[in-house]
Amino acid sequence: MSVGQRLWRAVPSSIKEDDKRLIIALLAGTYLLYAVSQVYLALMNNADVFPAVANSLQNLTFLIAVYAIMALALNLHWGYTGLFNIGIAGFMAVGVYSMSILAAPPGGSPPGFGLPVPIALIGALVITAIVGGIAALPALQLEADYLAIVTVGLSEIIRLVLNADYFSGTVTDPQSNSYNVVNLFGFKFGTGGGQGINTPTSSPASYLYGPSGDPNAIGELAYGIGVSLGVNNSVVNGFTYGMFLLLFVVTAYYVLLVRIGNSPFGRVLKAIREDELVAQSLGKDTRWVKIKVFMVGCALMGLGGILWQGSFGFVNPNTFRPIVTFYIFTALIVGGSGSNTGSVVGGAVFAAFLFEGPRQLARVVEAAMGGLLITVSGPGASLPSPNNFYVAFSTLDPLGWLGYTIGNISSLRFILLGVVLVYMMQNRSEGLLGHRKEIAASVDLSERKGNVAPTDGGETNE
Amino acid sequence: MNTDTAGSPEAKGPDELPDIEDSDVEKAAQETPRGLPLRVLNLEKRFGGITAVDGVSFEVEEGSLTGLIGPNGAGKSTTFNCITGVHEADGGRVLFKGDDITGRKPYEIADRGLVRTFQIARELEEMTVLENLMLAPRGQIGEKLYRSVTPGLRGEVIEQETEIREEVWETLEFFEIDHLAEEYAGNLSGGQRKLLELARALMVDPDVLLLDEPFAGVNPSLEAKLLEQIHTLREEGYTFLLVEHDIDLIMENCEHIIVMHQGKLLAEGPPEEIRNNDRVIDAYLGEDI
Ligand SMILES: Nc1ncnc2c1ncn2[C@@H]1O[C@H](COP(=O)(O)OP(=O)(O)OP(=O)(O)O)[C@@H](O)[C@H]1O
Ligand SMILES: [Mg+2]
Repeated sequence: MSVGQRLWRAVPSSIKEDDKRLIIALLAGTYLLYAVSQVYLALMNNADVFPAVANSLQNLTFLIAVYAIMALALNLHWGYTGLFNIGIAGFMAVGVYSMSILAAPPGGSPPGFGLPVPIALIGALVITAIVGGIAALPALQLEADYLAIVTVGLSEIIRLVLNADYFSGTVTDPQSNSYNVVNLFGFKFGTGGGQGINTPTSSPASYLYGPSGDPNAIGELAYGIGVSLGVNNSVVNGFTYGMFLLLFVVTAYYVLLVRIGNSPFGRVLKAIREDELVAQSLGKDTRWVKIKVFMVGCALMGLGGILWQGSFGFVNPNTFRPIVTFYIFTALIVGGSGSNTGSVVGGAVFAAFLFEGPRQLARVVEAAMGGLLITVSGPGASLPSPNNFYVAFSTLDPLGWLGYTIGNISSLRFILLGVVLVYMMQNRSEGLLGHRKEIAASVDLSERKGNVAPTDGGETNE
Repeated sequence: MNTDTAGSPEAKGPDELPDIEDSDVEKAAQETPRGLPLRVLNLEKRFGGITAVDGVSFEVEEGSLTGLIGPNGAGKSTTFNCITGVHEADGGRVLFKGDDITGRKPYEIADRGLVRTFQIARELEEMTVLENLMLAPRGQIGEKLYRSVTPGLRGEVIEQETEIREEVWETLEFFEIDHLAEEYAGNLSGGQRKLLELARALMVDPDVLLLDEPFAGVNPSLEAKLLEQIHTLREEGYTFLLVEHDIDLIMENCEHIIVMHQGKLLAEGPPEEIRNNDRVIDAYLGEDI
């Protein structure tokens, strides 16, 4: 960690001590790093520089924003209250699917409720909260471990149910043998089964810019700027949506969670995390508080799911594998569980350096090695790309190993994640920013009306 | 401070305690009929084959400092746990301020004004001393989620928090731990934790306090300080039930003593009576006296 510590020490304290500045500085640094590496890649590959950078950054923005959103929501459960919810993916699925089913046209395949998108969105959040409440009701009365088992089980049950043909609603002819529309009190709908389901919007930016074929004035302007920079409309859309998530949604989540945390309610949450019996012995009805906070957190996860996986126009159940939950936990743990600033930092660090970083690094190394080999051994030379680990290993050729690593970076990333997690647990279990005191009170506790210097009384009797 | 306050005419509260010496306080306490906020009737608790509490009945008088003693494993802590709803009693009843609180949840019991501390101090370790104390008061409107997040309603919460903050600082000064205010509770020493636990229980503003060995692991000077504070508080009208192994301490400070042995109530009465009770001497005091 000595390199890290030295780096941390090099950061001016004016940035370290101010949460907003810290986050902005981190984001700026990350963007710069990606921009520079992308410029290099574009030059090596003879591609247009600006569009390549823009595309890379819009992707990065989106990933940072969605992981920050999810880490913040999880921080309410795990960081603040100590509720070990490992069914995040399931609650995201409930959000996305509820929204899609509520908004799908009644005559479609699968049929839905045909509600307007805003109402479907609100309905989806309510449904996610209720599903969370139902999951929590029995489990929260038991010990902490049971909640983990219930949530991970529920998450998989949700995914498998969504995957099942039986509820998919794809065969809408009632005469057919394979008729599979769900009929709930006369309301007919389906999940789309393994084929997946359309989400209400495939391009969230169109709410601002108008439909892609026929943009409104703002759209014309934005796309015009894009064209003049050589950037196509989909990148402009992606950038707009990513920035919306980062600037508005992450901020809104952050403000909401800070408000929840820095209040008497947040104090009870922390007390539940630390020692529930103590909280009860001080007269706090912890069961009800836990159910409430679980429902709110689940709704936030559902909304996160909608803004994330619900934004591509299409989703299928396999999007919501438990690995998603694992990613979000990693983001929170890296950032600092219990700290809202840490959650945002964790989302950014995870997205930029653990999730996307290895791939970007592999691309850069590949380009650099390619260039090097061509200068050394003439045109046409490139890194060997062995088929499997055995082949790669038995060549005893470092270049072969490197080629293998680069070729399989997406899978090897899991090893990196594991190593980082183990390292963090052993050496910095409080995460990058978990050491911050985010005091659970709506007023500054160290301040007093009487204005007696708080150290005076202490020093005399020590 | 107990000698100080007993000597000075500072008797407070609605009960007109005469300005007299300690031994006279005992007498007055016996003569003046006062309320019995806590009554335990035939309490029973079994763990598998062990009967930890075996038909115990006693009463705690309002404004008293009552001692509960007994050898290790006598069932004192278990009695506390049954009274405060941590354990569900297998039999018997607990009455608090006239209501049957048997089988109620710990938070309901605490909310009625019966608060306990734990034998092994249980701190909220990753919360600061200030947060620990801020948590305790009852009736905090900001504990409702919607009040904490709705912008228009937050003003009242902040107002109440400001008031509580003042009380918290006063309590910290009273216990002389104000220099530790910003420290994480997990960083406190054993004795400091005991102080914090007592301070936190008091912040609930309870009517009756059950203290399970509040002086265990506390150095003698700190212990004297704590005792002083307990006496001061008692004179303000708080009622205490105190578990303690130090017989001399109990004999000197409590006007009423309950002795338990192997889950049963062995004896009950004022210190003099307990000191001379043959069964107590056989079972517990042995050659100490
Ligand atoms: N949770 C429990 N499960 C099983 N047995 C228990 C439990 N709690 C207490 N006991 C048993 O009940 C008996 C009484 O224990 P208790 O803790 O009430 O004693 P105590 O009087 O407080 O003793 P000490 O002075 O050592 O604190 C002991 O035999 C103990 O082993
Ligand atoms: Mg005990």
